[in-house]
Amino acid sequence: MSVALQGAISQGILWGIMVLGVFITFRLLDIPDMTVDGSFALGGSVVAVLIVNAHVHPAVAILAGMIAGGLAGAITGVLTTVFEIPAILAGILTQISLWSINLRIMGKSNTPLLANDTIFSDASRLTGLPQSTVSALMGIIIAIVIVAVLYWFFGTEIGSALRATGNNEDMIRALGVNTNRTKMIALVLSNALVGLAGGLICQSQKYADIGMGTGAIVIGLAAIVIGEVLGRLLPGGLTKFGARLAAAVVGSVVYFLIRAFVLQMGMDANDMKLLSAVIVVLALCIPVVWEKYKLRSSYSRGDDQDA
Amino acid sequence: MLKLSRVKKTFNKGTVTEKRALTGVDLVLNDGDFVTVIGGNGAGKSTLLNMIAGVYPLDSGVIELDGKDISRMTEPQRAKYLGRVFQDPMRGTAADMQIVENLALAKRRGLHRGLAWGVTKEEKAEFPALLKKLDLGLDTRMEAKVGLLSGGQRQALTLLMATLTQPKLLLLDEHTAALDPKTASKVLNLTEEIVAENNLTTLMVTHNMNDAIRLGNRLIMMHEGHVIYDVAGEEKKSLTVPDLLQKFEEVSGGEFANDRMLLS
Repeated sequence: MSVALQGAISQGILWGIMVLGVFITFRLLDIPDMTVDGSFALGGSVVAVLIVNAHVHPAVAILAGMIAGGLAGAITGVLTTVFEIPAILAGILTQISLWSINLRIMGKSNTPLLANDTIFSDASRLTGLPQSTVSALMGIIIAIVIVAVLYWFFGTEIGSALRATGNNEDMIRALGVNTNRTKMIALVLSNALVGLAGGLICQSQKYADIGMGTGAIVIGLAAIVIGEVLGRLLPGGLTKFGARLAAAVVGSVVYFLIRAFVLQMGMDANDMKLLSAVIVVLALCIPVVWEKYKLRSSYSRGDDQDA
Repeated sequence: MLKLSRVKKTFNKGTVTEKRALTGVDLVLNDGDFVTVIGGNGAGKSTLLNMIAGVYPLDSGVIELDGKDISRMTEPQRAKYLGRVFQDPMRGTAADMQIVENLALAKRRGLHRGLAWGVTKEEKAEFPALLKKLDLGLDTRMEAKVGLLSGGQRQALTLLMATLTQPKLLLLDEHTAALDPKTASKVLNLTEEIVAENNLTTLMVTHNMNDAIRLGNRLIMMHEGHVIYDVAGEEKKSLTVPDLLQKFEEVSGGEFANDRMLLS
């Protein structure tokens, strides 16, 4: 059990980097970006092929996976800003194209890197720690660095303009911001993080698979809402931006812990996508139903009850 | 100085919903002019402001600001010169961001935005004094999300934001229409103060004829996409609502068929 637990935690942290990417588009830009499923597998495919076929250093390969993810985001960005295709459709189109592109990149549907070094095996050799521990520790370090960088970036002038774009496009355009540019930056940044996460996961699980990104967007959304629900339990809630970013990563870890738990209980791994979707649906429905209930129950035939 | 020459705009050209919104507007605003704009529904008042702001591309004509042709500039490019307040209080501010963040965004209107901090220490220190002038108790709530404010508070904040860095032209698009009468009059007083204090060239669309007469030094009336009446100075000051109604009937040859204007 403890091995499964540790595995779930390290997986949760590495996926947490993808969740941060989803957070940028879903929470800050206010669009669920469907590119994610494709750019995650793209990051994995690029990393696997570079390591196995081109013998590129695993750290360099990860950087390439990140850039590839960013490019995928740029394509969605062009489709939705320049050509005004609705953001969701633009993401779906890129995602579908990436399926073929990823197959082209790998030349087959699965690329194992069993005999190859990864950043985790390198680090494990260097420190003498077991690989699962190393991948969790490295995941934590990378996640902290990314949270710190995002915290800084979204506090800058351009980062603030980006948040404002998701919040009120009319307003920020009237203040002189080209919102096509801010959307583009957000999509590139988001998918770069997703590509990075794809590369990390590929190296930690020692293979890339054409289907590795399937449902990634739903995992991302589920992790975000889990993080937000947990954050609400904190005194004062989740008001600070840094805390919201951290909550996204924590949500991812909790998601994979739940997943490990239900799998341990004997649930079919293939049912996990259904469970993820149900978590997201519940998180999105409960506030709406609660609001409606409050409105209905506050009705009275007589005067206002001022109590 | 703002100069519009033969500005035309037709929406949905060549379709059944074709709407000739502006049919040739010629208008010159001198520096320091505070012009109120009235007219019936669909007269082109809001379109006029939107064309100046660059929300839609022009069909034809020229818009010049201080001698510079801005006709082909995009909305964000023109933002450098323009302060804008919309009718909908929700449109002028970012609800999920703090008051201080909104102000800092506005402070950088038209400037290059880079990787410097979005809100500087100096700004945090200087903004409360500005908010205090609004007299809405916002100066102590700098970190509050704007979404928590009332419509009137948001509109007052938007007004402050629009004028935080002096615009060459202030565009007010029925900015008090969505507020209750008491709040509306408060925001109007604030508008007068800010415009006078900074000697702003202002174009204010309103459906309230009393406000249109009382405020500013000049009044224009629009009908079917162009200016049909332009009055300034003493003549404007002595106007009454019946005068305006009569003027409208004279020029347009019809009844002023807009209940909203008659009632307000």
